[in-house]
Amino acid sequence: MKYMLLIYQNPANWQELPDGERDAIMSDAGAIVEELTASGELIGGEGLADSSLAKTVRVRDGVPAVTDGPFVEAKEHLAGYCLFECETPERAIEIAVRWPDARHWAVELRPLMTASGEDM
Amino acid sequence: MRTEARHEDLLRALAPQVLGALVHRYGHFDACEDAVQEALLAAATQWPREGVPDHPRAWLVTVARRRLTDELRAGRARRRREDAVAAEPPPAPVADADDTLALLVLCCHPALSPASQIALTLRAVGGLTTGEIARAFLVPEATMGQRISRAKQTIKAAGGTFALPPERELADRLRVVLHVLYLIFNEGYSATAGPDLQRADLVREAIRLTRSVLALRPDDGEVAGLLALMLLTDARRAARTGADGALVPLAEQDRALWRREEIAEGAALVTDALARARVGPYQVQAAIAAVHAEAPRAEDTDWPQVLALYELLEGMAPNPVVTLNHAVALAMVRGPQAGLDLLATLDGDARLRDTHRVEAVRAHLLELAGERQAALAAYRSAARRTTSLPEKRHLEARAARLG
Repeated sequence: MKYMLLIYQNPANWQELPDGERDAIMSDAGAIVEELTASGELIGGEGLADSSLAKTVRVRDGVPAVTDGPFVEAKEHLAGYCLFECETPERAIEIAVRWPDARHWAVELRPLMTASGEDM
Repeated sequence: MRTEARHEDLLRALAPQVLGALVHRYGHFDACEDAVQEALLAAATQWPREGVPDHPRAWLVTVARRRLTDELRAGRARRRREDAVAAEPPPAPVADADDTLALLVLCCHPALSPASQIALTLRAVGGLTTGEIARAFLVPEATMGQRISRAKQTIKAAGGTFALPPERELADRLRVVLHVLYLIFNEGYSATAGPDLQRADLVREAIRLTRSVLALRPDDGEVAGLLALMLLTDARRAARTGADGALVPLAEQDRALWRREEIAEGAALVTDALARARVGPYQVQAAIAAVHAEAPRAEDTDWPQVLALYELLEGMAPNPVVTLNHAVALAMVRGPQAGLDLLATLDGDARLRDTHRVEAVRAHLLELAGERQAALAAYRSAARRTTSLPEKRHLEARAARLG
């Protein structure tokens, strides 16, 4: 099963974290990515630029409207994602539990839709 | 047939023979497997340009052997082995039929996860390139390459060897091989979109490899049963999706689209296996598929026979997916309530916790029972929970019809 791990942060308290903890978050995440690469589970992943750089696009009656800022206004912003494929849901949860951002904010684990279907 | 496709067929057929010959002579399954892969890639670029050599197998062995020598030379610590390889005469160009079986058993080593068994089997025995396997499974080539190299390390660490285990153990290992071939088939068959060509390829490969196992183990009823199941299932492929990409349930498929030739071969295989071999789960599943295939219209289906076969299967290989199908058969014979009662025994089953299947079947049975509102709610709930786009479309269409 393929999963996307959505990584949430609060930019305000990211700044307030002690340097050591910020470094630990980065290196812990890096270690997981290395592990997933070595095991052949990693499909991809990136960090996202600050949500103040987001543009939200809406099209109504064919007319596009582009506004600055994220679609959902919240204290927590999507900070990055990690896409992987693993054998069991338990393994996916194990990866999510170890993801360092979960210690401070939250990560969200979402199975991907597939184009496969069983006979009915 | 296109020349390219002809080359591809030839290369895939030769791949396990070339690998078998090399591993026989030199050991080092992992290094030999890399060398053969490189030889296959070289052939795939050179043969279309320069023509197929007179002795393609010997050509591949020579190229692979040269790559192997280079590879071993690169590892300085292995210099002594390199000399040994260089000094030996090339392997005899004789195909040893058991090599394919020994390779399959090694690639389906129990220390590996199913995903790794599948990837390694397709590359080492199927002769597919890493890129082809990666595209079929919709992952980056680097990811697939890493899975394959990790799988080979795991086999090495687990002490896997290129030799057929004693007969008693071989029977167990062969079950794993059959399961891997079944998974490859299902991965290709269940796809309804995406890179069609690659997915159809998985079906073709699974059938081809199962055929080659049957040629080596003609008396094993389960090998015949698995091949029959694949053929009888694949026969319905063209009918299983509608123009909108939604799944078409068996009962509503246009049976004129079913491929009679595959049905005839599958039915003959399973009939023969049941008559002479010990019955097993693949044979029973194939027999069920044959009963469906033999009904000219859905309403002609011999449901009592399907039910009897599911009862047999449930006793032989109990699992919740079998129970789901059993419940449908039961409903067709004894009425929807009997099916719903059996389905209720799956409530709270941890193995089905994250799937929508119980709700989907419940919706269908409630609809048969005329419980429109409850059926609608169950269809909607199943549609929300599935991770399959074509199943979601089907379930939403069902809900819309009732709503």
